[in-house]
Amino acid sequence: MSRFKKKKGGGTPAMSTASLPDIVFMLLFFFMVTTVMRETTLIVENSLPKASEIKKIEDKSLCSYIYVGAPVSGMKTKFGAEPRIQLNDSFKLASDIQEFVAAKREATAEEKKPQLITCIKADVGAKMGLITDIKQELRKAQAFKINYATYESFE
Amino acid sequence: MSRRTLPEINAGSMADIAFLLLIFFLVTTTMDVDTGLVRKLPAMPEEEEIIDDSQIKSKNIYVVLVNAKDQLLVEEELMDVSQLREGTKAFLDNWGKNPELSDNPQKAIVSLQNDRGTSYEMYIKVQNELSAAYRELRDREAQKKFGAYYAELEGENKKEIRKMYPSKISEAEPKKVGGN
Repeated sequence: MSRFKKKKGGGTPAMSTASLPDIVFMLLFFFMVTTVMRETTLIVENSLPKASEIKKIEDKSLCSYIYVGAPVSGMKTKFGAEPRIQLNDSFKLASDIQEFVAAKREATAEEKKPQLITCIKADVGAKMGLITDIKQELRKAQAFKINYATYESFE
Repeated sequence: MSRRTLPEINAGSMADIAFLLLIFFLVTTTMDVDTGLVRKLPAMPEEEEIIDDSQIKSKNIYVVLVNAKDQLLVEEELMDVSQLREGTKAFLDNWGKNPELSDNPQKAIVSLQNDRGTSYEMYIKVQNELSAAYRELRDREAQKKFGAYYAELEGENKKEIRKMYPSKISEAEPKKVGGN
């Protein structure tokens, strides 16, 4: 009996979910286009300071990143709690920066070399002593364009 | 007729697959825009080169010192960061009125020196205030001349404003006083 009742169209017809994949694919492509793959895993604490007079970096591929901060909690026993420099995926010393910058320069096309920029992503807890060492090394490596990475703050 | 048509492939799980991919991309990618204060480092001085700064009158130099306790000493007076912007603007935009401050913005130099123990947060705050002072003066001039903000100007107009208020922030080698 109940079968007949249903056929007569009691409730609303089920919504078609055929377009759901399309919507999800659209989202997927959006994310694929707008995002960049994470290249390094952070092993330092990295909460950036805030500033209002900021500029955006247009081309991330021209950026070499220097991370500065205290090692994350899992690394503290091994590397201590003092802020350190992270290049690529490991802790390095300031003296390794010249090599790091040279490697980046080597990997960049000739016409884009003048646009290379070094991003210093330093934690708010870092001291200027370490930052100054980095800056001196960058001067020696002739990488003069730098960017102090900050979050945007609105006044 | 109905017997001949191929049975439709069930596309219900398609959404699940797409969601899986979507979540993978969400997790592995970053969307944070890289923003920051852009600066240009000076070239390393040559060994034999002696920097001659005796030509610059001391009134044209705005000395900003930050110590290891994040305290600010501006022109030999203690100052709070919140006042730095106004102070810098007054110094740059003096045009010889106050004999203690700069002759004109072209000659004015902001000299920033920090200690090795200064916190990075404070350093960025100071840098930000200094750039804000320059930006506000440029904006004011750009509004007066072209009716637009400095950042909106292009080409020659932008150069003209930049020439009026050239950003000259000099950073001295830091001293080690308060440890690191």
